[in-house]
Amino acid sequence: MTITATQLNPGRRTIAPTAWRDDTMRRRIARRYAAERRFKLLGLAAVLLSAGFLAFLLITMIGNGARGFTRTEIALPIDFQHSVIMIDPATLQSPAAQQALANANLPAVIDTAANTAFGEGGARMISPGAQIAVRKAILADPTVLNGTATITVPASEGIDVAAKGHGDAANEAAVNRLKQAGALSTGFNLRFLTASDGTDPTLVGIWGALKGSLITMGITLALSFPIGVLAALYLEEYAPRNRWTDLVEVSINNLAAVPSIIFGLLGLAIFLNLMHLPRSAPLVGGMTLALMTMPVIVIAGRNAIKAVPPSIRNAALGIGASPVQVVFHHVLPLALPGILTGTIIGMARALGETAPLLMIGMRAFVASPPGGITDPASVLPVQIFLWSDEVGRGFIEKTSAAIIVLLLFLLTMNSLAIYLRNKFEKKW
Amino acid sequence: MSGGMALFIVVALGAIGWIVARARATRMQAEAGRLATHSLPGQHGWYVALWTVLPALAFLAVWASVTPALVLDSVLNTPVAQKLPADDFTRSAILGEARALASGARSVAFNPQSLTLVEPFRAAILRYSGLGALLAIILAFAGGAYALSRVRPAFTARKRVEKLVMWLLLGASLIAIITTAGIVASLLFESLRFFSMVNPLDFLFGLKWSPQSAAMGYGTRDAFGAVPLFWGTIFIGAIIAMLVAIPLGLMSAIYLTQYARPQVRRWMKPMLEVLAGVPTVVYGYFAALTIAPALRNVASTLGISGASSESALAAGLVMGVMIIPFISSMADDSIAAVPQSMRDGSLAMGATTSETIRRVLIPAALPGVVGGVLLAVSRAIGETMIVVMAAGLAANLTLNPFASVTTVTTQMVQLLTGDQEFDSAKTLAAFALGLVLFVVTLLLNIVALRVVKKYREAYE
Repeated sequence: MTITATQLNPGRRTIAPTAWRDDTMRRRIARRYAAERRFKLLGLAAVLLSAGFLAFLLITMIGNGARGFTRTEIALPIDFQHSVIMIDPATLQSPAAQQALANANLPAVIDTAANTAFGEGGARMISPGAQIAVRKAILADPTVLNGTATITVPASEGIDVAAKGHGDAANEAAVNRLKQAGALSTGFNLRFLTASDGTDPTLVGIWGALKGSLITMGITLALSFPIGVLAALYLEEYAPRNRWTDLVEVSINNLAAVPSIIFGLLGLAIFLNLMHLPRSAPLVGGMTLALMTMPVIVIAGRNAIKAVPPSIRNAALGIGASPVQVVFHHVLPLALPGILTGTIIGMARALGETAPLLMIGMRAFVASPPGGITDPASVLPVQIFLWSDEVGRGFIEKTSAAIIVLLLFLLTMNSLAIYLRNKFEKKW
Repeated sequence: MSGGMALFIVVALGAIGWIVARARATRMQAEAGRLATHSLPGQHGWYVALWTVLPALAFLAVWASVTPALVLDSVLNTPVAQKLPADDFTRSAILGEARALASGARSVAFNPQSLTLVEPFRAAILRYSGLGALLAIILAFAGGAYALSRVRPAFTARKRVEKLVMWLLLGASLIAIITTAGIVASLLFESLRFFSMVNPLDFLFGLKWSPQSAAMGYGTRDAFGAVPLFWGTIFIGAIIAMLVAIPLGLMSAIYLTQYARPQVRRWMKPMLEVLAGVPTVVYGYFAALTIAPALRNVASTLGISGASSESALAAGLVMGVMIIPFISSMADDSIAAVPQSMRDGSLAMGATTSETIRRVLIPAALPGVVGGVLLAVSRAIGETMIVVMAAGLAANLTLNPFASVTTVTTQMVQLLTGDQEFDSAKTLAAFALGLVLFVVTLLLNIVALRVVKKYREAYE
């Protein structure tokens, strides 16, 4: 059957298929080319839109979070000589100095000084963390107690936010007053990197959560890497083809697709309710995440092992190596870069995971970094989630700053994976 | 002596065994000649090390599980324990406190009587852990000596060590089955308990979800109707997110594979993949902080009623963006799998590139794309953090994308955080929801993989 132009365009004037100069044909070609350009632009728009979203997300986070790494500081003149401070300069040289300072009623001293220096309400401009700075200054130079000293202390949340341009009218006015007095300055918020969770946004830090994350990741790695690699070796090199092997393969592929929150339910039912392990501990979090990461490592490991050419196995077998020696002396070292790449990607996923950890109770307020694997701990993504629930403007920038730290970790891990892949990947 | 110390000594003994056995086997090999010995010195070393460590470790594990009972027994036999109250509750509270004090887990006593029991506890713990450590070390010595005595030229140390390695490998691969069984068992077990309190039909087809009212004692009949949650999940994960992800993902894949220059592709493809690597809690925060308020403002300027700052649209949009790289890479794979001859045939007939893509490539790649979309849907409905942070808690049955809806995963988080008595229907409902989620994602994955597989075979 032949198809004529009439059949393709019913109701149109019949023209020869090669009548390129005919007007109808030209119009049709122009239309088709326009459609082609439109389609291509549509594709470009899709790519740009996706990339633009990523850029928008990153810029928002960096814009909000960069301020989380800085803090507003106030130069506060304190008249120690005429203050209510209760301290004997002699004790400052003894080991009991910290204890003596803790009992010295510093908060009252600071409040009075702030009210004197900046008028009524001055105390509200100073962060509760100011006494740490004052303590440090006194310890560094006990002679300040004999007179008036100007000490740089962190500003309160309201002043901090207002100085960064998001405050309300009252705080804006206070900031302007402080600026005119020349008391306001901006410094690097070291406390954000060294402290743990707290109730005042000027005092919180991510070190507690970060340490929790590191311990949890250590447990996850220690459990999932050996098990994942051994399982991959078994399935790829030794497993007989039978129903059991099929069952193992089906389970692994399914586990890789199970929503992460289900692993949280498993951890809750088995690790907490059945085995009575401590809630909120890195041990349980690490075990739960290990179950989640293991299938990823197995799948990546199998692909890496599959890529090792059979000639290597045959050569090793040929000179008398046993099957175990073939695998552990030859196949595994050659497959290791691929396995490591998969492991790092799996670990990066586990590091950003929140939902299963919420299920096993890792959402408690933990104000000190965990000392061991059974201590209550928080992890970085959960800390972000907890801070995101706080209403204060001061917490918004802290949340974004924590997100920046988390993204930096993930970026480093993924870059490492890409580097390993490029450096050690062999084409056989 | 503590358990950690015993563990360390056992492992150290294993290392010594390895060195001794290896040295002996090396000497033996030198005397008997290389060809007369079956195994290498190192393999003899491993054989001895394993015999030294494994029985002792197994003993320590068993010992650790029986000691608490033995300690308790010996403490109860002391004269001080005779003064304990007969009441079971106070009795076990005092005993538990004394044990915590003795092991150093606590430093302050709540009940003064527990202080009198600290010494017996401490003595018993010391006695039994010392005994256990001693036995473990004797066992390690015995195992090592036995294995060392078997170092002979004809001894097949390698085969025995390798057999153990094979068991280890098999054991590692069985963890996957155990995990799956654990998930199914825990979900089923807790769900059955839930369904003994709530009729399964009420749960699956009920239209009203208010677990709080059940917790407050208004009965469970009308509290656990999960249809609003299912609708919210489908609305956000399978409708809004896919409306964003399918066009963007598909068009991105088409542009990057068919039109873009190689340099552009080299930069843009990893960039899209970064979208999949961003943690979901970051997406959730972004949706809640930036997207949701913007959408509410848009809705209120357009005069749409019921606009909430926790809208289905915000969660769905952001989730769609998260899914883009997923769809894009699946589409990429299935378009690449279309035989070159089909593309060439179409182009040779005079079709433009876009006509080839739309009329030839996409229809041919459709099963693969559909499979990818199904996988993406299963991923989206199981996603938790975005909906927890950006979608609401109100179980609404609504078509308005600016209104607040809630999802299965949101409610699971909501039910399981806060107070937890493990017998209330409210807590167990989370497991029933988890079971539904597990079954649905499993089915979606099976169907998707089957579609993709069947289609691949057709062209190979």
